[in-house]
Amino acid sequence: MKPFLFLFLLIFVLASLTQLLLPWWVVLPLCLGLAAWRGTSAGAAFWAGLLGVGLSWWLPAAWLNLHGAGLLAGRVATLLPLGGNSGLLVLLSGLLAGLAGGLAALSGAWLKGR
Amino acid sequence: MLRWLKPVLALLSAVVLAWVLNTKQGDVPPVARLLSPYQGFWQNGETAADFPTQQTLHLPGLHQPVRVRFDDRRVPHIFAENDHDLYYAQGYLTARDRLWQMEFMTRVAAGRISEVVGERALEYDRFQRRMGLPFGAENSLREMLKNDTTRLVLESYSAGVNAYIGQLSPKEYPFEYKLLDYAPEPWQPLKCALLLKLMAWDLSGRSDDLRLSNILSKYGPEVTRDLFPDFPFRADPVVPEGTPLDFRPLPVPPVPAPFAAAVSGLVPSREPDAELGSNNFALAGSRTASGRPLLANDPHLQLNLPSIWYQVQLHGPGQNVYGVTIPGAPAVIIGFNADVAWGVTNVGGDVLDWYQLKFKDADRREYWHDGRWKPVRRVVERIAVRGRPDRLDTVLYTHHGPVVYDHEEKVFNQQTPIRHALRWTAHDAAGANEVLAFVKLNHARNYQDYDRALRTYASPAQNFIFASRTGDVAIRPNGRFPLKYAEQGKFILDGSDPRQDWPGWIPMSQTPRVLNPARGYVSSANQHSAGPGYPYYLGWDYAPWDRAHRINQQLSHMRRATADTLRVLQNDDLGLNAQLMLPWMLANLPAVSAASSAGPTAAATAAATTPAAPETAARRLLARWDYHYGPDAVAATLFELWYQDLLRRLWEDDFGKQATGLEMRFPARDRTNHLLLSEPASPWLDDRRTPPKETAPDLLAASFRFALDSLTRKFGPMGPQWAWANQKSTDINHLAQLPGFGHTDVWCGGSPGSVNATGPRNGPSWRMVVDLAAPVRAYGIFPGGQSGNPASVYYDDMLESWRTGQLDELVFLQAADENHPRLQAAWRLEK
Repeated sequence: MKPFLFLFLLIFVLASLTQLLLPWWVVLPLCLGLAAWRGTSAGAAFWAGLLGVGLSWWLPAAWLNLHGAGLLAGRVATLLPLGGNSGLLVLLSGLLAGLAGGLAALSGAWLKGR
Repeated sequence: MLRWLKPVLALLSAVVLAWVLNTKQGDVPPVARLLSPYQGFWQNGETAADFPTQQTLHLPGLHQPVRVRFDDRRVPHIFAENDHDLYYAQGYLTARDRLWQMEFMTRVAAGRISEVVGERALEYDRFQRRMGLPFGAENSLREMLKNDTTRLVLESYSAGVNAYIGQLSPKEYPFEYKLLDYAPEPWQPLKCALLLKLMAWDLSGRSDDLRLSNILSKYGPEVTRDLFPDFPFRADPVVPEGTPLDFRPLPVPPVPAPFAAAVSGLVPSREPDAELGSNNFALAGSRTASGRPLLANDPHLQLNLPSIWYQVQLHGPGQNVYGVTIPGAPAVIIGFNADVAWGVTNVGGDVLDWYQLKFKDADRREYWHDGRWKPVRRVVERIAVRGRPDRLDTVLYTHHGPVVYDHEEKVFNQQTPIRHALRWTAHDAAGANEVLAFVKLNHARNYQDYDRALRTYASPAQNFIFASRTGDVAIRPNGRFPLKYAEQGKFILDGSDPRQDWPGWIPMSQTPRVLNPARGYVSSANQHSAGPGYPYYLGWDYAPWDRAHRINQQLSHMRRATADTLRVLQNDDLGLNAQLMLPWMLANLPAVSAASSAGPTAAATAAATTPAAPETAARRLLARWDYHYGPDAVAATLFELWYQDLLRRLWEDDFGKQATGLEMRFPARDRTNHLLLSEPASPWLDDRRTPPKETAPDLLAASFRFALDSLTRKFGPMGPQWAWANQKSTDINHLAQLPGFGHTDVWCGGSPGSVNATGPRNGPSWRMVVDLAAPVRAYGIFPGGQSGNPASVYYDDMLESWRTGQLDELVFLQAADENHPRLQAAWRLEK
């Protein structure tokens, strides 16, 4: 398996599991550690972190948006304001968490490669 | 060294980003925690699986199993074996639907909003405390805990709320806690008392004493008496004139020498609405189809989401009652059982007065009263402020009550005079127990029970309407009313003169009352409580007669009425004020050309050069109007603006702040109408600020043009856009004013002066009609839903029926295992 794909999947699975019990920012040490351990290129680590953590939010948020939270998501998307578009809110949610995860993974890759 | 720089920088930016997203920044919520699908708002969704049709919940502290059925509006029908479990279950289930709302409202009452939102609520919190809301709540609580019944009710209810709070993990907190980033705190009986005081503030916290004193000092007693009379020209009091007294009145205290209060020039900013507009009415069996009484009630309040009311059925030893409750307070407030029904509207009596104080020196440790210096009691309020150290605030108390503002400073509520002590029934608790009154009403079987229940009900005073299956109909403006000399407290009082203190109370057996009047109906719509024949002075400033009179007109024609007849009356949108004034206004409105030549203002002169067509069309439209404030009515829009501007032009030069530099108020609508209709030579018609001498036609022409011009600017040329619903624009907002969480511009009719008194923010917060036939049938609706969760369809599922004036039939069960097609879930609560 390509190093990027492996790191991405690993981050996605472990981030999803740990966030069930721990606060969301647990993705920071997680991405940092995994990226430092696997040692990929900086760019690959960043994208693996962003997409892995992002997906760990996009999937459950999209699912909840369709199962019970859609009405509230529409209201929150009006409040923020995102024009009441709950799909956009799903996208934005994952992107924010993903960005933090991507930066942490980038740091991990640079640590390894220093 | 450089090799470390890149990873450290990347990590630092990740950590900073995470910290920013994880922390509340000013008013911005902690974004990542709010948006996380694991902990954040996504977890507040509601699916069918979250509300099982069958389940057993294990709750600590229950004595016996409790059964709960839910109907298709999510109303809980609670069946308990003992009172403890009944109120425990009420607390638990109410919290399950409304925890954030009930807790937030108690913080509003207690002046504890700064703890949640920070420094910007500090002045608000100070004001609540200086008005003595928590002080009054503590006094009330002491009384309520002395009584075995209410102690049990309050403690069981609180235990139920706490059982729910105890189950919650942070990811299950209601949405608003996540948005505002705080956690629920344990419930206490004090919070129930605080909610009562918040109601008292909303319904009796308004005072024009300062304004009237300013008017008295500027214009003298004769003008004041003429323009601000104690009783209106057109009146239809709650207790009909001529109702015999069934008691021997106490002597009324003598009127002391007049007191010239110091003039004060403050501007009002925040005070309760002058008129909210509630109605209740009941028909005797002689006027109904079933031969049994019918009762209707629609209390009007500011319309918010989550809904102000929460429906519940309580079945326990000795009671089976259905109605609406205030989330956070036990028992049913407005409702019915198999034998009786009752409801409330607000009483406008004067139960809040201000006493001008004389302090010995700048230290303000002693004040002059009854010929000597008396000590001031100092109470230190500690206000917790989010992100800041606690703030301490010292409040002075005299024997009258708290000194809301004790030195020159930026006042939060500027109806409030400085260096004046507040005397207010909401602070008095001896012998008062409102929760006991409601518990007794819930158990009531007949008129005698109603009579006994009301004796401990003190504040805020309400017109308690009543009907029983056995045929009694009754109404009472009920509460603690100070025994006053005539006009005591209409103006600022002298805080050093003991003869101006409140000497005592009107006995609870001597409040105005009527039982089974010959006319076959009773009603109230916030108007004067009683006619001039009533022996005590209660106040002078009540809601205008319009709604009350329209209701009585309609009731007096009713024969073989059904619940639907009363539903239609609740939705009646005829404007009596328009009916009275519009024909006169049109008859005295100068023809277009005349208006331009006689008009004193530039606007009227300009009218000479503009085409007359819009004015003629508007005039024709108004002449054809049937005075109904339907949502499409263009004439209603036009009349309201025209009339309101007419009042402004009439009074602003004499009583406006800008023109006079003094904080005063306009005369009441009744007095104004009388002047317009029958005092054409009145000097008040002239605008003192202009050299020409204006007459009523001049004012009418100018305000007519103003109304047309401003509506044209707002909506374009006259047309369907001018619909009354667009102009009135009824909004139902979330309590925290969150965009997207309320409903704006609800398309509905009604007006502040019609029975359906729906305004921009106020309206019928609950509509109920009860038919006391056997078995009792009842109907009700409120503009919202049972759930406080904005993710739930039950958050606002009743709004559409409310908007169109429909009522739900209320599911009133006799037994826990009864079959009913509208029941959807059966839960069991046990230890």
